[in-house]
Amino acid sequence: MPDAIGLELIAGEIGDAHPGAVLDTYYEHERACLIVDPEQVLAVLGWLRETPSQEYRFLASLHGVDYLPAAPRFGVHYELLNRDRVERIRVRAALADPGPDALPELDSCVQMFPTAEFQEREVYDFFGIVFRGHPDLRRILMPETYVGWPQRRDFPIGGEPVIFTHNEHQVPGWSN
Amino acid sequence: MASGCPRLEIKREKLRALAPLAEPGSPEHLRIRQMRARDLLRGDLDEAELDEHVEQSVLTTSLDKVLKWGASNSMFPMTFGLACCAIEMIAMVGSRYDIARFGAEALRASPRQADFIILSGRVSIKMAPVVRRLYDQMLEPRWAISMGACSSSGGMFSNYAVVQGADKFMPIDIHIPGCPPRPEALLYGFNKLQRMIQDNPDQGWRRRYNAIGTEEWARNDVIAGQPSAASEAAYARSRQGIADSAEATGPEGPGGPARRGAGTR
Repeated sequence: MPDAIGLELIAGEIGDAHPGAVLDTYYEHERACLIVDPEQVLAVLGWLRETPSQEYRFLASLHGVDYLPAAPRFGVHYELLNRDRVERIRVRAALADPGPDALPELDSCVQMFPTAEFQEREVYDFFGIVFRGHPDLRRILMPETYVGWPQRRDFPIGGEPVIFTHNEHQVPGWSN
Repeated sequence: MASGCPRLEIKREKLRALAPLAEPGSPEHLRIRQMRARDLLRGDLDEAELDEHVEQSVLTTSLDKVLKWGASNSMFPMTFGLACCAIEMIAMVGSRYDIARFGAEALRASPRQADFIILSGRVSIKMAPVVRRLYDQMLEPRWAISMGACSSSGGMFSNYAVVQGADKFMPIDIHIPGCPPRPEALLYGFNKLQRMIQDNPDQGWRRRYNAIGTEEWARNDVIAGQPSAASEAAYARSRQGIADSAEATGPEGPGGPARRGAGTR
């Protein structure tokens, strides 16, 4: 586990190799995280994977997050693991919301980590984040005819109103 | 018996004189009935005794009732678990609760061989077409039990992914509440289904609280202000069902607790 100083060293080395790639770092609960430019996420992942002193070769998880009130709305998290040293590092690609008519886009890392294929499909399914270069980007858990991105924070929860005697008169079609 | 032996004299006595002495249910009484049945086969019973024997030992019914009685007591459930309620359904099949007591222990792995399906858990919108197809593949007559809050109403999953009640896409005969229902509750629901198959469905709280006219069709008529012919017929059927049910369970006052003891049927 890189500590806070180790995280800054890693961020500095990435900054030397790919200027502007690392936007920010944070370290809390003994977890190191790099916040990176979404256009350079593949460069950062490749650097962490191939650099001899790092060698984070295992993608433990890939998931999406919606931070709706925050400014870069979406985040795609890559949880990387070095299995020799048992060290973990998190890379978060901060994606801006392109508006209601477009979907945020990001480079796919399937070529580098084949396990990401299904996980990127899941992120696409629930958050509508398009991964450029994915071999088979379609919905994986919801029905393929489903419309909408249900895990976004502005998506309605769904369900139906439960009718009790105290709110019965407010439900259309049920009043006497 | 070898030839030349003295023939054994057999003296036959009818047991009619003994019959009143023996209490019904006692070993003597059973023995007397056995010997009378033997006399009947030998042709030794006549007139009054023959009539009495037939009255005691023959039950008349209709073929329809016998068929329904047999069908309801040899149901084949489908092996189909949807979610966590399936654990309770599995427990119901096991020896502790034992649905074999009611003749439904033969779980079938094919819908073609199954008589009823238990929807044991939430039905997601992706699973709903599959469930519907399985139900369509079952042969008539077929029944469906919706087990638990999720498959009856959506339950705690009031969200985008779960169908809010399985009767939105297929007919359901019995709804069992609970989250999850205990195996006893599932057995109780299955007993209700058996009564429904035998054309004697329970009217439940409507009968207990004498609540005729609270059905949904009656309510829609109140809203529309004009009862339809279909709802009049349904009203008559419901009224008749409640009357039959009251007759079967004995007289009781309105609002009184329903007595459904084993001895009354």
